[in-house]
Amino acid sequence: MSETTNILVVGIGGQGVMTATEILAAAAIALGHDVKKTEVAGMAQRGGVVSSHLRFGPRVLSPQITPGSADVLLGFEASEGMRWQHMLRPGGLALMNTGRLVPPVVDLGLYDYPADPVESVRAAGTRAVAFDATAIAKELGDIRLGNTVMLGAISDHLPFSPEILERCILKRFASKKPEIVELNRRAFAAGRAAAEEAERAEVAEAAE
Amino acid sequence: MAVEAMAVAAAAWPVPAHSRHLMSGNEAVSRAVWEAGVRVAAAYPGTPSTEILEVVASYPDVYAEWSVNEKVSLEVAFGAAMAGSRSFCAMKHVGMNVASDALMTMTLTGVAGGLVIAIADDVGLSSSQNEQDSRTWGRFAHVPILEPADSQEAYEFTLAAFELSERFQTPVILRLTTRICHVKGLVTVGERKPHGAAGFKKEVARWVMVPTAAGRRLPLMFERERKLRAEAEISPLNVMESGKDKRVGFVASGPAYMHVRESFPDAPVLKLGFSCPVPFAKVREFVALCDQVVVVEEVEPLIETELKAQGIAVLGKEILPLQGELSPNVLKPAIARLLGEPVPEMLNSAPMQVFPRPPTMCVACPHLGVYYTLSQLRNVTISGDIGCYTLGFGHPWNALDACISMGASMGMALGLDKGRGDSDQDKKIVAVIGDSTFLHMGMQGLLDIVYNRGNVTVLLLDNRAVGMTGGQDNPGNGRDIHGNEAPRVDFARLVKALGVREERVHVVDPYELPTLFKTLRDETKIPEPSVIITNQPCVLIKDYHKLKPFAVVEDKCTGCGNCVDIGCPAIHVTRRDRVTKPSGKQVDLSFVRIETAACTGCGLCLQPCAPDAIVPADQAVVPINVMKKTPTSCGAPHV
Repeated sequence: MSETTNILVVGIGGQGVMTATEILAAAAIALGHDVKKTEVAGMAQRGGVVSSHLRFGPRVLSPQITPGSADVLLGFEASEGMRWQHMLRPGGLALMNTGRLVPPVVDLGLYDYPADPVESVRAAGTRAVAFDATAIAKELGDIRLGNTVMLGAISDHLPFSPEILERCILKRFASKKPEIVELNRRAFAAGRAAAEEAERAEVAEAAE
Repeated sequence: MAVEAMAVAAAAWPVPAHSRHLMSGNEAVSRAVWEAGVRVAAAYPGTPSTEILEVVASYPDVYAEWSVNEKVSLEVAFGAAMAGSRSFCAMKHVGMNVASDALMTMTLTGVAGGLVIAIADDVGLSSSQNEQDSRTWGRFAHVPILEPADSQEAYEFTLAAFELSERFQTPVILRLTTRICHVKGLVTVGERKPHGAAGFKKEVARWVMVPTAAGRRLPLMFERERKLRAEAEISPLNVMESGKDKRVGFVASGPAYMHVRESFPDAPVLKLGFSCPVPFAKVREFVALCDQVVVVEEVEPLIETELKAQGIAVLGKEILPLQGELSPNVLKPAIARLLGEPVPEMLNSAPMQVFPRPPTMCVACPHLGVYYTLSQLRNVTISGDIGCYTLGFGHPWNALDACISMGASMGMALGLDKGRGDSDQDKKIVAVIGDSTFLHMGMQGLLDIVYNRGNVTVLLLDNRAVGMTGGQDNPGNGRDIHGNEAPRVDFARLVKALGVREERVHVVDPYELPTLFKTLRDETKIPEPSVIITNQPCVLIKDYHKLKPFAVVEDKCTGCGNCVDIGCPAIHVTRRDRVTKPSGKQVDLSFVRIETAACTGCGLCLQPCAPDAIVPADQAVVPINVMKKTPTSCGAPHV
């Protein structure tokens, strides 16, 4: 099913994973694709793992992305990007937020947080483009902008133009205050620029 | 601006007929319920079915309610169906266990108006205590089962279910799974057709199920089942798809069909949308076209077993798992092995090892204080129940010892009391139950404890919401499904009415740890039933009001780690150390910080903090320039 695009968006409850996937879905629908989107999020509100599958193309059957078949992995949290690396197809791209959200089991000393999730993903043979989206969102004044920053990051890696995705994001916030629309526009642009820069750095490093 | 936006939203809802929208299975069912002209819809919240009734309630001209439990919801829907109204009821799989008493007899009376019961099975256990197959009820109660495979079908099959229900005068089960309820796909919607109610027709021999009357209706039920099977043979919901690779054909139902179609695009498939009663003749016809046939159904081998009993040669659970989803990554290797082919390599890639991230209680959750307190009690067995507070079994509290079903904390606690072993004579028995769970099925258990003179201390955690499913309203918070004011249960009066003595009923603020601890310790010492009601709202509902956040003064923190034992996700360990005390004892230290952006100022962590290192965030760090600018103003921080 090579004509189906598989995008996996992962993070933890409260990060806006499902909203981001919904916006990606809206963009795919606007272009006339068949779309299926799925996640298991029964306890997502309780800080659990959220993984949202988006599949689009001429006709989508199963809503689930199988291991080894995702085209792009959009990781909203560093260790979550690592957790789902095996879902990528060979040659697939991991776009990772290096920002960390440490769960209580790590604070309690029961488990360790991985030393360098991005490096682990690369060591597994996956191309990873990583930057601190959380810091960008904080700088823009609201940590909740993190998902728009990540959408900016993925916008140059889709089978449609970044402008279409941006329009879908802004449409989503159209009923809100103009400041909020503007903030999302800036978050999208910042995410796009940061991913571009990180990719250049990654390519340069790989060439060395 | 906000008013304008609302007006636009109101004009666009319900979305116009013949338009196409991205909808979850739950939303698609709700739309069809409205289009079918349903007049009464009832449910008790439960993942993954909850959103169905939430969305139904947003449509005009439908009476919608949160019922106190699934049995009542089904009885309400049945009553409306007796009156000739189209009616609907939704529940999660375990809800049907509760409602089954009503189902098993309404299959004898049948219905006048159409009655559709949507049951959502949590295949894969995303948020449930078991994984049961609700299609079993179709066999047990002799009622038909429809199994949609995606959102569009969830919509279409709901409409078809109402027609089937009225034609055969039977309740119809619409079997959903998590992978239908929570998957979004494109749905083309239609127009609403209102359905008037014929009115209740007095007919004692039909509606009053005493033994003689019920006995006369049994043959009618079996005759109906025979006709339903004949209908399934010709139903357009059962589709035979030819395929050029006839080595393996598939009989598939529900979301498993999509996984089969995805995995084996060239295989013949018999898709059973109307899967109970099974159309045997149709299956025979299909099996004859293939070298061999595998039945792909989630999760029990129901169709498979019935086919084998008919002497039809099929494979099923010999090669497929008896639990979980039958996704392509499960199906492809199983069929490759069956055909003696190599297993596709990509499906073998194992995930990297990362710490688990189990669900946690929320920042400032009123249950945190309760479980911190319970974790400090010694020699106690804690009987738990279904809700967010089930999470109390985990770290750092480890303060919940059993959990099986809604309301079971009460009966289990009484049983633990009456059946104590010789070594448990001094054990204190505590039961923990939430407000909505108590009203659902816990009240009867408490009455049993009182009536039979049990020695149990009940913690009734009233947070004014069905928290785990997203904070739905219930009789305990005095709001109906639309958020409008409704009669509110007074829990203290209720438990007293059930016979708990006045002196043994306490209403406690769960953020006041000393009071909570003292009350709990005192009540567990008294050998009679007592109830401690906590009275602070769920932090996710509008009744909750945030307070100013706290922060840790770094050089005051001694690393005692007491605050970490509260279990609040806003408290993070920054540094660990191990010191040796003068006595020679080694002590582990955990120095902390509070994520101020997440903290809502409940103040729980302050209480066990020995060195008073936790202070209001605006007093913790005072930038020098701020100090200079506001030397004496009333807003100046006090450090």
